[in-house]
Amino acid sequence: MDLFFQQLINGLSLGSLYALIAVGYTVVYGIVQLINFAHGEIFMIGAFGSFATWTVMGSPTDWPATGSLLILLPVMILGGMAASISVALLTERFAYRPLRNAPRLAPLISAIGVSVFLQEFVRLFYGRIPGLPDAKSSIPFPAINGITGEIIQIGGVTIQMSAVFTVGALAVSTAFLWFFVNRTRTGRAMIATSQDPDTARLMGINVDRVIMAAFAVGAALAAIAGVAHGLTNGNIGFRMGFLAGLKAFTAAVLGGIGNINGAVVGGLVLGVAEAMATSFIPGQLGSSAWKDVWAFVLLILVLVFRPQGLLGAKVVDRA
Amino acid sequence: MNKRTFKLAGVAILASTLALAGCGARTDAGTGGATGTKVAKIGVIAPLSGDLSAMGLGIKNSVDLAIKQANASNAIPGWKLELAAEDDQATPDVGKNAATKLASDDAVVGIVGTLNSGVAQSTIPVLDAAKIVQVSPANTNPSLTKGADYLTAPKRSNANYFRTCTTDDVQGPFAAQYLLGTGVKKVATIHDKTPYGQGLVTEFAKAFTAGGGTVVGAETINPDDDNFSAVVSKVKAVAPEAIYYGGVYSEAGPLSKQAKAAGLKVPLMGGDGIYDGNFMKLGGTDGDLATSVGAPVETLASAKAFLDGYKAGGYTDGYSAYGAYAYDAANSIIAALKTSLASAADAKSARAGTITAMSSVAFEGATGKVAFDQYGDSVSRVLTVYKVSGGAWKAEKTGELK
Repeated sequence: MDLFFQQLINGLSLGSLYALIAVGYTVVYGIVQLINFAHGEIFMIGAFGSFATWTVMGSPTDWPATGSLLILLPVMILGGMAASISVALLTERFAYRPLRNAPRLAPLISAIGVSVFLQEFVRLFYGRIPGLPDAKSSIPFPAINGITGEIIQIGGVTIQMSAVFTVGALAVSTAFLWFFVNRTRTGRAMIATSQDPDTARLMGINVDRVIMAAFAVGAALAAIAGVAHGLTNGNIGFRMGFLAGLKAFTAAVLGGIGNINGAVVGGLVLGVAEAMATSFIPGQLGSSAWKDVWAFVLLILVLVFRPQGLLGAKVVDRA
Repeated sequence: MNKRTFKLAGVAILASTLALAGCGARTDAGTGGATGTKVAKIGVIAPLSGDLSAMGLGIKNSVDLAIKQANASNAIPGWKLELAAEDDQATPDVGKNAATKLASDDAVVGIVGTLNSGVAQSTIPVLDAAKIVQVSPANTNPSLTKGADYLTAPKRSNANYFRTCTTDDVQGPFAAQYLLGTGVKKVATIHDKTPYGQGLVTEFAKAFTAGGGTVVGAETINPDDDNFSAVVSKVKAVAPEAIYYGGVYSEAGPLSKQAKAAGLKVPLMGGDGIYDGNFMKLGGTDGDLATSVGAPVETLASAKAFLDGYKAGGYTDGYSAYGAYAYDAANSIIAALKTSLASAADAKSARAGTITAMSSVAFEGATGKVAFDQYGDSVSRVLTVYKVSGGAWKAEKTGELK
């Protein structure tokens, strides 16, 4: 039974990470029907941005836990967000906006190009920035006192503080996102645009601004995920966005692409399914080698029996 | 140097010994005068430029040293040995061209190289067709000597290929013996699904079980994964006393770190793929272990003459990881040449005889006993266990696989 709860914790932690990234896919898709394949790289940029922020602060390692949690970590997250939001807005402006009215395939290819560009850019040029380490191989992420290496032991279940941070970050982000979408003018403009951009424009909504807001929100959450990834895994690397992005995209489809709550649910379901498949499918098929297989079998089953995703895609009727 | 690049490129230093002194040779040699000597070349094929050049130059210099010493002692009466070195840039295509070029030189009787196993795969057939012996100081891929089915049906594929280093397939058993020797009876294995990682784990598990230990868990990870928590939890549940990991340092470091963070505080052991300084940078901690082929050269009494000679030779580059093996490789070719060149009219006609003579070569070299088994592998199967201590790899135990 301990193993069950242990894998549940692992799965929720991993799933929260997927969910934080998946929101970025789903928000952008909901508004411009673009699958932004460069979003995994935005997540990676967020992690590298927070690392750079930490370096600018003098690479502190000896701050007491309270100072680390109340000042260092939030500043690092803000630094990561600044990096990821700027890059997301730049890609939107230069790689997607010129293709706004082009056939759907064009922005998709453009997104793949941006993804390759950002990976190579970080690989080749991150180390050229004075004071920053070379990013051609993985970089150890800084330890934050109060999180790194700290654990909570409940019976036989070990809960790492980094997992608590990741799940907590998802909870706070989701609450914030709900408020933003449902209770602010920009949020309601986003809903209106996703339902019908032409009519929204007639109602006086600045659609370009709404699209930028969607990219910015996704990038902000991706930066939080980047920090969580660094804290959980201890390393960041220029390739980290590829697989994480793919899994997060899967999570978004699983939950119903375009649906924010669906992205969160899809991420958690995918993470837990992977962790559980590692331990609880008997025999040869249950080894860790098969965890991705089971995760994608789950995706196929959901798409066969519920093509709109677990919570339904809110915007599928449009086109 | 980056161990992964090294591995991926397939570590085979082709130290080819070029022996003949082509254009510079005294053309009237052999026809007149008591001073007349014929020229034979020993070639070197190794990365002399690029990321791996430190090791390649170490190989080239060590071969050069062996040749100079042989000439000084007039090891082969009537013959003068020369070096012909070619750069393979750690790339199979370039290596193949280098091998073709050396094979077309009639004075070449043997090659020392390559560094990378992948490059060796392209040079061996070229040199085999020309009946030129190739002795590698660094290729660790078992299939080069024993064929693709080296585990089940070992079969020698090319008669011209020999090596002075140990291979990957003895690392696993050596690690198993070491762990059993330290009292570890329960081990969980994890590998990264690559042929290298899987091969290490298969051989390890076989030897560990045969030695009385139990493999309590067998897991895998994806080479691209960053988060290993699910696997770590599963492994933790079976309470192993150590983890044996088949793969390279880029996953092994984070895996070790995440295992310890999750409360699985047992040593992680791997092969030469994790024996790299980056392993500690990425999360490898004190107590983690790795095997690597050969012995640390500085500790060997037999290597003292080589080290002194290398120092006296005034080479600007260090002998690097495989210098002593390249020195032994060159000397094994020279030993075979003593037989084959004695009766040969010219260097080219001695090529086939040199390959035949290799199998009876036996002497005490810098790295220990140098001789080859029926597959062309070194009979010496010396390995070293390294342990992370104070954030650096320290030699823990050097021994021979029994």
